[in-house]
Parts: sequence; structure tokens; C-alpha cells
Amino acid sequence: MENGPLLKVEKLRKRFGGVLAVFDVSFTLRRGEFLGIIGPNGSGKTTLVNLITGFVKPDGGDVIYAGKKITGKMPYTIAEKGIARTFQMVRLFYNLPAYKNLIIPLSSARVARLGGGRYGERDDAAIDLLDDMGFERDSFVPYKLAGSLPHGYLKRLDLARALALRPEVLILDELFSGMSMSEVASTMPLLEKYNEEGLTIIMIEHRLKELFRVVDRVMVLNYGRKIAEGAPDEVMEKEEVKKAYLGIDVEIYPGAAGSSS
Amino acid sequence: MPEVQTKYRKKRLDRGIKARVDTIFAVASYGDLLYLLLPRALPVLGLLILPLLLTGYWGKVLVYTCVYGLLALSWDFMASCGLFSLGQALFFGFGAYFAGTLNHYFHLPPAVTLPVATMGGGLLSAALLGPVVRLRGVYFAMVTLMLPILLRKMIDTTGVFGGAHGISRLAPFPSDLLAAYLAVLVFLFCLFAFRRIISSDYGLVLIAIRDDDRAVMSGAINIYSRKIQALFISGAVGAFAGALMTHHYQFLGMSAFALDYSILPVAAVALGGQGTFAGAALGSLILVPLSEALRALGGLRIAIYCGILIVSIIVLPEGVFHYVARKYHQFERVVEVK
Repeated sequence: MENGPLLKVEKLRKRFGGVLAVFDVSFTLRRGEFLGIIGPNGSGKTTLVNLITGFVKPDGGDVIYAGKKITGKMPYTIAEKGIARTFQMVRLFYNLPAYKNLIIPLSSARVARLGGGRYGERDDAAIDLLDDMGFERDSFVPYKLAGSLPHGYLKRLDLARALALRPEVLILDELFSGMSMSEVASTMPLLEKYNEEGLTIIMIEHRLKELFRVVDRVMVLNYGRKIAEGAPDEVMEKEEVKKAYLGIDVEIYPGAAGSSS
Repeated sequence: MPEVQTKYRKKRLDRGIKARVDTIFAVASYGDLLYLLLPRALPVLGLLILPLLLTGYWGKVLVYTCVYGLLALSWDFMASCGLFSLGQALFFGFGAYFAGTLNHYFHLPPAVTLPVATMGGGLLSAALLGPVVRLRGVYFAMVTLMLPILLRKMIDTTGVFGGAHGISRLAPFPSDLLAAYLAVLVFLFCLFAFRRIISSDYGLVLIAIRDDDRAVMSGAINIYSRKIQALFISGAVGAFAGALMTHHYQFLGMSAFALDYSILPVAAVALGGQGTFAGAALGSLILVPLSEALRALGGLRIAIYCGILIVSIIVLPEGVFHYVARKYHQFERVVEVK
């Protein structure tokens, strides 16, 4: 099992009404890998994340994690097994101080099982993690209400919330959108550090330059289908990818591409 | 149009406690000590003395107040994790029927029926509402509103447990004073226990479920089992209230599922303020005696009662408790606008 893929997605499929959001997407992920997922708006990236993490139930296909099928399981069951995620539109508890946001994952059974976060130690663990994220522990920032923090901080707080779960796989849904250049520059080394320590990361991103610098492999989605996969520079050389990104109307998928001219 | 210029504005200042960090108060003087202790100790002492002073009719009102207070606390506890109920009567009725039937058919004394009814009522509430905790907001409220009505009709038509006539001559408490103290002590215990629970990490998760359940799920926390746990606690408290009333009135009837027990706790929380439990307690301490005092007015009682409620909700939507707490913790003074 250790040598096999950590996460295996097989022919995952989801239809919303008349829209094929995700169609027969398959890929595998080894432990410690850093995978980028790119694609134009509406290409099914976020739906794919929702399908893997259980927030949306698939119409077909399988998600196999560490040799076990987790398809269609509840989000908390999947999170419990070690797949953490961030949200494109950050989902936080705005009425709580920033560090209290981390108490929720820290008080989960998973963290308790991994030997952390007894009552009373959780606050310290939360502050430690936030300090890593650039919420300086000696400032007021970690203690401020989450609702009063600027957007860049909220994104990093959401990342901290996912990391607090001590995940095996971390899925980042457009973490960098709305972050400033300096915030991206300071967050990137952090992700690389976690990756080097063995964390498997899937990163969905529109900021290709930053993404390509860190990922081992990228996968390109368009209209819910996987159109390319491989090393970043190889993938971007492909005709289909260029067309999908430049928006030239060509008959890649008869009928599907007809509307984008 | 003449230009109106404000010359004065209100300035609010926090009352100085020398050092205060989240849950730790560093008290520097007797003044500070009293400042912190009085709003907590005074109501407790008052409630502990009242059973000795009030006898007869007003003694009954005190028990009644505590019973409604317990229902209001149980409502507020459920609401803290996003379960808005319109059916505290369900819990109340479960407790009443557990205690009443155990006493009538098996001749068990209140010392046995009360704990059994509390646990049984909690378990039954959690089991019955467990399957619908996935419903949110008004849909959950509708189910809780319907269930007591459904059970009431079932008892009415099938005639089980005394049917429409009910069961009378149940075993009373040894004395009225004991009943009053039991009501007051459990009421105070629940108030402080709930406040303690909600400020712990467990309570934090409950509040987070109300604010954003998907974010809680992504933190590997089974929100449905947490909601069912909250239902059990709320159900047990409501059932205790029902069991207490049944023995105190020595009567068990369909009225245990009456709409009053669903609506009045909600009204008490609306008046007192949601989320702190102190608001729920204060609300019922105001509302229940008020509604008894208005009894002298006959038919107009309900109209005046409703009027007071509507006005208070419009004027003080945050609730009386939050208003009073703010006034207590902050100085207000008028300063000139420069």
C-alpha cells in the first residue's frame, strides 16, 4: 500500500442539470507530490475538489484514498482520514477571534488521535500555527475578530485552519486569489516547507507563474474534462491547452466549445 | 433646509478592570471584586431566598417561572448550534408523561421518576429529532412545532395514558418548599453549567456549527452527532421541567404538549436576549411573573402581554440582558463635538 498511489481518482463524473461539470476525470497522486490543477473559469476545478472532499456527491466514478474507497462519504469522514481543504470563498467564523477559528479542527478526533490539542493546549497550538502564517504572536492580529481582518489574512487563516487538521493531503482551492504579491511570496516557501516534510498538496491556481515554480506536475481541465497532464512547461506547449487558455474557438470537443467565440 | 449640526455626541468608555485577559480577571481591589461578583451573586442569592418568602399562589408562580426558565435555557442551548425550535413542549411533554406514567402505573416516587424522566426524555428527544437535524432553520422549526401537536392528538384519540382526561392524584413532592428549592437549584445549575459549556471548546464548536456548518465539517467534526448531543442535553433539561411540573401539580394531561410550552420560552429568549443563557433566564424571570400579575385584568391580559412583547422586541432587539450588560460595563457620557 505504501508504494501505491496515496490518492487515486477514477472516472469521476458530476452533472449539474444540463452541465457536465466534471466528466470522467482520472488521476493519481503519490505521497509527497505537489500537483497543480489549472483550467479556465468554469472548467470544473472547484467541483472536482468538492467531489474529492465529499461536499458534492459524484454521479459516477471513484475516489480511492490510501487503498480505501472514500467516494460519496461525508465531508467530516474524509477530513478525518486526512484530506484537508481550503475554500475558494473563504469559510471562516467571523464572530470568533482569529486563533479561535483553529480550535474547531484542533478539537477534532483526528488531532486528538495524532496526539495533539488537549483542552487548554489548543490555544497555544493555534497561536503557534498562526505565527507561522505571519500572524505575529506578539501583535494583536491573532486575537482580532476574524471578521475584522483584511482579505489576505483571511486566506492565510483558512490555510491555517486546513493545516491545523495535520492532513496527509492538502487541497488548496485558489489560495492566492486576492492575495498581494508579498503575501504570495511569503506563503509560497511555507507550502514548499510542508511539502518537503511529506505533505501531499493539490493546488488549484490561476496564477500560473507562481504555481509552476513549485509543482511537480500539472493537470489541465477544460469543460470538465482532463485535457493534459505532465510537467508544467510540456503541458503549456500543447495545442489544446493554449486554445483553452487563449479562448480560440476550435473543434476540440464538438458541440461543447461552440459557445465560446 | 437649515443645516442641523450635532454639537454633542455620546462617548462610551469601558469600565476599568485593571487587567482582564479572556477568561482571567486580575482583581486589584474590593471595588473590582464587587463589580464582578454582584451581578452574579445577587440574582443567585435572591433566587435562593425567594422560596422562603413566597408561599401559596406566588410560591407556585416561582416554580412555574423556573420551569419556563429551564425551557428557555434549553431553547437557547439548541439555538446555539443552529437548531431553532418551536417545540420545547415536546421535551416538556416527554418528561411529564415519563414521570406521570411511571408514578401512576408503577407507583415510583418522584426521587426515581425525576431522574428517569430526565434521561428518558433526553434520549427520546434525541432519537426522535435525530433524523431531522439535517434540516435547517425554519424547516427544523416546523417539524418541532408539529410533533407536540401530533402526539397530543394521538393521546387524545387513542386514549393511552389517561387520554383526554389525564391522570390525577399523582404523588406530590414531600413539601412545596422542597419542590421550589429543587426548581430553583436546577434552574441555577443549568444556567451556570450552560454558560460554562458554551465558553469551552465544545461550546465553541457548537457556535461554529451555527455560523458555518460546512467549515466545521472540513475540520473533521461530525456536525450531526454534535447536534444530536445538543438535542439530548436540551431534551433532558426540558423533560426535567415537565417531570417537575407533573409532580408539583399532581396531574398529567395532554396539556403537557400545549403550545404555551413552545412559545413562551421563545418569547422569554426574545425578550432577554439570545446566546448568553443569562438573557434566557432574565427573560423568563420577567415574563412569567408579569403574565401572572396581569391575570387580574382578565381577558385583556393576553393582549397587553403581547403588546409588551412586541414593543420590547422592536425597541430592544438585542434583548434586555445585552442592553443591561452594556450599560453596566461601559460609562456613557456626552461630549462636545469639535
